[in-house]
Amino acid sequence: MPLILTEEQEMLQESARGFLEEKAPVSALRKLRDERSEEGFSRALWKEMAEMGWAGVLVDEAHGGSGFGFVGAGVLAEEMGRTLTASPFLSTSILAATALGKFASEAAKTEYLPKIARANIVMALAVDEGRKHGPATIAMRAEKSGNGFKLSGSKTFVADGHVADRIIVAARTAGSPGEEAGISLFLVDAKAKGVARERTMMVDSRNAARVNFDNVAVTGEDVIGEIDNGCMALEGVLSAGRAGLAAELSGSTQRAFEMTTTYLKERTQFGKVIGSFQALQHRAAHLYCEIELVKSVTLKALQDLDAAFGMASVTCALAKAKAGEVAKLASQEAVQMHGGIGMTDEYDIGLYMKRIRVAQEMFGDAAYHTDRIARLRGY
Amino acid sequence: MSDLEVFRKETRAWLDANCPKEMRDGAAGEEFICWGGRNWKFRSEAQKTWLDRMASKGWTVPAWPKDYGGGGLAKEEVKILKDEMRKMKMRSPLESFGIWMLGPALLQYGTHEQKSKFLPPIARGEVRWCQGYSEPNAGSDLASLQTKCEDKGDHWLVNGQKIWTSYADESDWIFALVRTDAKASKHDGISFLLLDMTTPGVATKPIRLISGKSPFCETFFDNVKVPKEHGAGINAIVGTINRGWDVAKYLLTHEREMIGGGGGGLMVGRGIGEVAAEQIGRDDKGRLADPLLRAKVAQAEVDGWAFLLTMERLKDEAKAGQGMGAKSSMLKYYGTEFNKRRYELFMDAAGSGGLEWEGKPSEDGKLAKGWLRTKANSIEGGTSEVQLNIISKRILGLPDA
Repeated sequence: MPLILTEEQEMLQESARGFLEEKAPVSALRKLRDERSEEGFSRALWKEMAEMGWAGVLVDEAHGGSGFGFVGAGVLAEEMGRTLTASPFLSTSILAATALGKFASEAAKTEYLPKIARANIVMALAVDEGRKHGPATIAMRAEKSGNGFKLSGSKTFVADGHVADRIIVAARTAGSPGEEAGISLFLVDAKAKGVARERTMMVDSRNAARVNFDNVAVTGEDVIGEIDNGCMALEGVLSAGRAGLAAELSGSTQRAFEMTTTYLKERTQFGKVIGSFQALQHRAAHLYCEIELVKSVTLKALQDLDAAFGMASVTCALAKAKAGEVAKLASQEAVQMHGGIGMTDEYDIGLYMKRIRVAQEMFGDAAYHTDRIARLRGY
Repeated sequence: MSDLEVFRKETRAWLDANCPKEMRDGAAGEEFICWGGRNWKFRSEAQKTWLDRMASKGWTVPAWPKDYGGGGLAKEEVKILKDEMRKMKMRSPLESFGIWMLGPALLQYGTHEQKSKFLPPIARGEVRWCQGYSEPNAGSDLASLQTKCEDKGDHWLVNGQKIWTSYADESDWIFALVRTDAKASKHDGISFLLLDMTTPGVATKPIRLISGKSPFCETFFDNVKVPKEHGAGINAIVGTINRGWDVAKYLLTHEREMIGGGGGGLMVGRGIGEVAAEQIGRDDKGRLADPLLRAKVAQAEVDGWAFLLTMERLKDEAKAGQGMGAKSSMLKYYGTEFNKRRYELFMDAAGSGGLEWEGKPSEDGKLAKGWLRTKANSIEGGTSEVQLNIISKRILGLPDA
């Protein structure tokens, strides 16, 4: 498959850009922040996105979705990255839709996928327990109890966990922390007895949650994927999330870079525009090359998810590693090259730095994924 | 069966019937290349047979028009031919600067007469060309070149010196950038001149590099008389007089894609990490025992892989008609810098074992020499700094200082 967007995907990109620039520019995020919005995103905007088929981008047409596939989802995530648009797109439309669409029972699909497509539900994925991502280190227990299970433990960095109606939770039905085997996925009602949530307002003005589970009862029907062998499903869902985040990071990076080169052509010091100084030109040109690499790995990961979902984990790791690392570099260079104005809250570039910090950390930073690639390559 | 499937089947059959078995070992190193030329000594009878047979089909230069010694194949057919040759591990029948550089320049800027005279001998491996661009005082600032080319009525008189002329001492002809108008601004007085290396006054001297023996030479022109025409109606200058810079720029873009694109083998086969783990050892979890080196190697592999995918993407974009243009500077810059980084890591992993210069264990310092040679990657064909200038100016639109 050629490593370029199809005409249809290009059209999606164009219409998404137009819509987001009009309806959800950076100023919209600023407004949510300054109003201290309880939810951290606009429900009305989320509904509009659903009408355009975005919320159900990964939901098949049989379940009311638009079925644009992972490349389509990535195109949208990239555009939302450009405008720093806050929405439950990652948590619900990418993570939950992948978990349910690829691994849930037909009954669960029928119940939840149409709701996702219509933006009638917000869902979240709860994986991390410590400061750094590492699914194998999961300690949360799911003890057998009658026909079901009782979940006990706590999760952190659960994106949109503060408003989610349902939470997909990774817990241990066997084995011990450090082992991949023994993990299972459960679909939990966020209002179930024993669930306690604490909203965490993040540096990027978005929200996550710490969620505590105290003997929360679930049934066998709430299991997604295989019992004890949920790491397969989890890895698939995380791969989709990583590729989605890589695409979002790619969009944020590209926009931050455009703002920077524009500024280099406008700002005058020593009687010249600062973009004529070679010290800055070479750094900008190097960054341009790195960003081109990010575009390639991101598209490759998304294409792999569409072509062979179960085999895409490595290129998704590659994309997340490269996109995370370059996004950090781009945001640092952006602030430095903007000089004093880049440090002001009034100017948007700082918002990009903040979002990039969060997105590169989520589901594994560059070090985490680079280490995985080293292990996969036999060292 | 589609036309292309038929072509593949017939190509495979012809190759299988005509390629001598000695030429099917996949060997591609310097000592196996067939460069051709008047003074070429074939390494084996099979090498000659293979060249002659491929040349008779026009398949040494499959994409060139048949009239000029090529195979007249369409892009897809060339791809199929290369594909089948690779599958059967066939050596390339002929490589040369004529094929890579002069050919494309003549096809783009040459007259019918120039193409008819110069292209077929290149295709048959009968004439070997070298490239005369750089001068001792014109490196990165190539357009400041000073080799003088004066109009003496029926001939040009050439005086000056070129440097970094690869294989000048083994080549038959040279295509050189010369100054035909000393008064014009520096880009406007340059012409693209073709001359025979046996012309009186031409001399060459090989250059020894930090990596040892090299194909590079200095080439001297001392009152060299070059006829205005190499035969009736065959101009010695390619393109318009004083507009040689256009030809040079076209070729440099070509060369950059080639050097930057030389990374095809970066992730194939055994990677740096696997080699390093064997040389240094592993910890109890099977990881390379030197954790800092392991981290650097893994980061390099991520970048190398991302770079390969970028070459793939740019090729796909070019095929879809978006062209590559100044993006070739990105490939040149990133690819060569990456190759240097890769060899630094190979040297780190090899330790003192990589430091041997002569002797059997190191195959006479193969790694050390390779490592040193990579240092030229980011200098030849335009330095990394020049590529960054091009990206700044042409892609990012940043103003001149």
